[in-house]
Amino acid sequence: MTTSHESEKKIMDTTVKPSSFADVAQAKPAKTPGTRALGKGLETRGVHAWFGKHHVLSNISLDFAAGTVTALIGPSGCGKSTFIRTINRMHEFIPGAAMAGEVLLDGKDVYASGTDVTKIRLQIGMVFQKPNPFPSMTIGENVLSGLKLAQLKVDNKDDLLEESLERAGLWSEVKDRLSAHGGSLSGGQQQRLCIARALAVRPQVLLMDEPCSALDPGSTLRIEETIRHLSDTMTIIIVTHNMQQAARVSDYTAFFLSDGGPGQMIEVAPTSEIFSRPQDQRTENYVTGRFG
Amino acid sequence: MSTAVEAVPTKPWKASTRERATDCAIFLVSIISSYTVVAVTPMKGKLAYFALFFIAYAILTSVFRATQRGSAAAKDALVNSLVAIGAIVTVIPAASILATVLAKGLPGISFGLFRHDMALATPTDPLSNGGLLHAITGTLTLVLIALILSVPIGILTALYLTEIKGRFTGPIRFLVQAMSGVPSIVAGLFILSAILYPITKAYSGLMGSLALTILMIPTIARTSEEVLNLIPNELREAGTALGGTQWRTVVMIVLPAAKSGLVTAIILGVARIAGETAPILLLTGGGDRVNPSAFNGPMGSLPYYIWKSFNAGSPESITRAWAGLLVLVGLVLILFTSARFLSSRKAAK
Amino acid sequence: MTIQEILIPAPREITTEPRRSDKVFRGVVTAGGLSSLLLLGLIALFLGYRGFEVLRQEGIGFITHSDWSISTDDAGNVVESHFGLAAMLVGTILCSLVAVVIALPVSVFCALFLNFYSPGWLKKIMVTVIDMMAAFPSILFGIWGFLVLMPSVEYWAKLLHRYLGFIPVFDMQVRVFTRSPFVAGVVLSIMIIPIITSVSREIFSQAPLDRIQAAYALGATRWAMIKAVVIPHGRSGVIGGAMLGLGRAMGETVAVFTVLNIVFQINWQMLLGAGGNVASLIILKFGDASPYEIKALMAAGLVLFLLTLVVNGLANFIVKTTGKSGR
Repeated sequence: MTTSHESEKKIMDTTVKPSSFADVAQAKPAKTPGTRALGKGLETRGVHAWFGKHHVLSNISLDFAAGTVTALIGPSGCGKSTFIRTINRMHEFIPGAAMAGEVLLDGKDVYASGTDVTKIRLQIGMVFQKPNPFPSMTIGENVLSGLKLAQLKVDNKDDLLEESLERAGLWSEVKDRLSAHGGSLSGGQQQRLCIARALAVRPQVLLMDEPCSALDPGSTLRIEETIRHLSDTMTIIIVTHNMQQAARVSDYTAFFLSDGGPGQMIEVAPTSEIFSRPQDQRTENYVTGRFG
Repeated sequence: MSTAVEAVPTKPWKASTRERATDCAIFLVSIISSYTVVAVTPMKGKLAYFALFFIAYAILTSVFRATQRGSAAAKDALVNSLVAIGAIVTVIPAASILATVLAKGLPGISFGLFRHDMALATPTDPLSNGGLLHAITGTLTLVLIALILSVPIGILTALYLTEIKGRFTGPIRFLVQAMSGVPSIVAGLFILSAILYPITKAYSGLMGSLALTILMIPTIARTSEEVLNLIPNELREAGTALGGTQWRTVVMIVLPAAKSGLVTAIILGVARIAGETAPILLLTGGGDRVNPSAFNGPMGSLPYYIWKSFNAGSPESITRAWAGLLVLVGLVLILFTSARFLSSRKAAK
Repeated sequence: MTIQEILIPAPREITTEPRRSDKVFRGVVTAGGLSSLLLLGLIALFLGYRGFEVLRQEGIGFITHSDWSISTDDAGNVVESHFGLAAMLVGTILCSLVAVVIALPVSVFCALFLNFYSPGWLKKIMVTVIDMMAAFPSILFGIWGFLVLMPSVEYWAKLLHRYLGFIPVFDMQVRVFTRSPFVAGVVLSIMIIPIITSVSREIFSQAPLDRIQAAYALGATRWAMIKAVVIPHGRSGVIGGAMLGLGRAMGETVAVFTVLNIVFQINWQMLLGAGGNVASLIILKFGDASPYEIKALMAAGLVLFLLTLVVNGLANFIVKTTGKSGR
């Protein structure tokens, strides 16, 4: 966490003034939902989350249009990570966890009774804060591990391997050492390996929980590039503490905040608007760096 | 924005009523099929019911999952059944042992048992004759002497590993672990060869205690080391920073902080040796009367009494053995429970 | 004089002169710590010293022959003696292997259940029960095994013989099922299940949480996650735990003696009621042994001591190294 804050500050202090986030956001080609109907749309309807008695997330209703990148920003502890973990049902692994509301993937509630939760997680992939390749597997095995875990059959594994690594932007770097262990890669490469691993099962939605917070600025840029490429073919939700990053990669930005109680969504809008004309005073304070 | 809508926490991932109903149905079908198989085939016995039920349950759930969700889910369901079997097979012997000891030991327990020794009785006599007073006093004596000898050594070893951290830390930790694997009979033979034959030339309680000491040291040392490692280093530094010498810091700060943990370690050590039989058979001579001196004459003890009664082989003597086992198990369980209680109370703090 | 010599001073040596009380303290504690070293050395030394005569007499035959006989004249002098441990060693290994083969899968499944399947309250109860089992005295297992367990184990043994008799270890010429190495192995397996379970549970609980989550996020079922993350992580630790159990099983005396029929003949047929066990041999022969035979028993004790020491040392080494690298 500290490293992420430090790198964040460094970028803010040296490269751009906070007020120019809007410029960054506007500098990239605009995307409007519906124009590229790739991947499945995702909606959440009145999602709440609890840990035991502790109400951590209140009433989140959000649409994630197919083929867009949505960034979730907000100070630590505002429930962003909890929120994306309710989307692919990773929330329920925490003892005492509870939730309310609906998460609709292509119109179907992922929490509906009788749903096969493993199928849900195949459609909604996830990349974690710290790179976590399986230590006992080689690079190639890591990429294809999702197939093995879910016992999926594929005709041509080599093609899938190459395609996944290509999409994650790692193919050229590792194609000659696919049988090396995942641990032999650098942190940024490991994280792209984890992205490739998530892509190999062809998810419709990709959740990214602060994917760059443990990485150096160079690796961060490589991953952001990858995200931009991927957004042509899938729906991406990314939690980030780095507002620069949100401005660079996302089409939409949602601002979460907790005023001591459960986390709430304050505002959601196209990214360029969040950074140029936020509707809410609290959003403005946050994106201009006045707190948080 | 306020939370106008009152949301209710739910756990949609818990099994729904319908899923529960299916599970129950599979359970019932498994019971019925195991019963039928036992009825129509020559297989018989409780074990057959048990095994067949699990086989039927494992197959039925896997097949059911396979039709619903495919082969990965089927394997998962199969492993669900397997781990449940593992857990049940682990617990059944404990339950059976406790039940047997209670069922067979209680009839042999009487008030007289705790007031008489076997000086004027043999194991095959009716139960009203004699008792196990000598065995209880003997076991208590043996354990007490072993305690006096092993507690200092065990705790000093733990202190060396946690406070001094000298050159020998690695080897000593390794050796203490190795020592905990020394078979009890070997400890007995060692005392026999090193002390009993060359020096005292006679069986006595002390010899038994020495062997028990060897077996107890590693238990105390290892548990104490774990406890002392839990004491935060700041406490030690605080002591030294106040100008305390190391030994004052250890004696006045570290050891008191670890007190209940150390008591737990000692109790676990006692539980480990109280029922130790093999070295007792070699070293104590197993007297039949209460012997107040650990240094002179044979010393009876619970394991020896149980052993002797069991091997006498008559119904009376076997009842005696069970009664003795019940007393011994009761003792071990009291020790074990108090150790648990102490360590959990410490964790709660 | 170069610049470096001027700029970089030699590091000052920091010495702490401990006070006298601390010196005494450190000395006493070190002495206490070294006592385990001393004790282990003394055990080997004294058993070797007492058994030396027999070991020299028998040579390598002490572990390759199976006779155990001694004849004395009227004056009590030894006329002829043959001491060989081969049958006992084979029996010891056979019983403890049976025990580990039964206990290992049960313990691993039980440990998986406790870590990844059981609700918290049940886990608490079961861990207490398993720890309690580890504290039961061995004589209890022996007598319970003899009176309660043996009849049903014999029933399973007959089934095994009938349906799997074509496999050499389940074969037998004489149909005697009572007090066989298999029975002893089952009793031993019940004694070592708590040990292997707690070691496995400990190792499994250290499986990295982020990898577990990664597996679940890729659509793994619980078993697929365990196979991909937990088992590779815990494999060698579990092997170490199994070896700890093996060491315990090899040195167990009273429980084995109660349920095993000791015969001085090498027997690999585990269902046949004729086995051997070094520790039980000592109890069996100790009662009316002549001084010379006692020396042979000492030598047998030395062999058992070294055997368990090697097995335990190896086991602890494996558990320790995996515990470190796993984190």
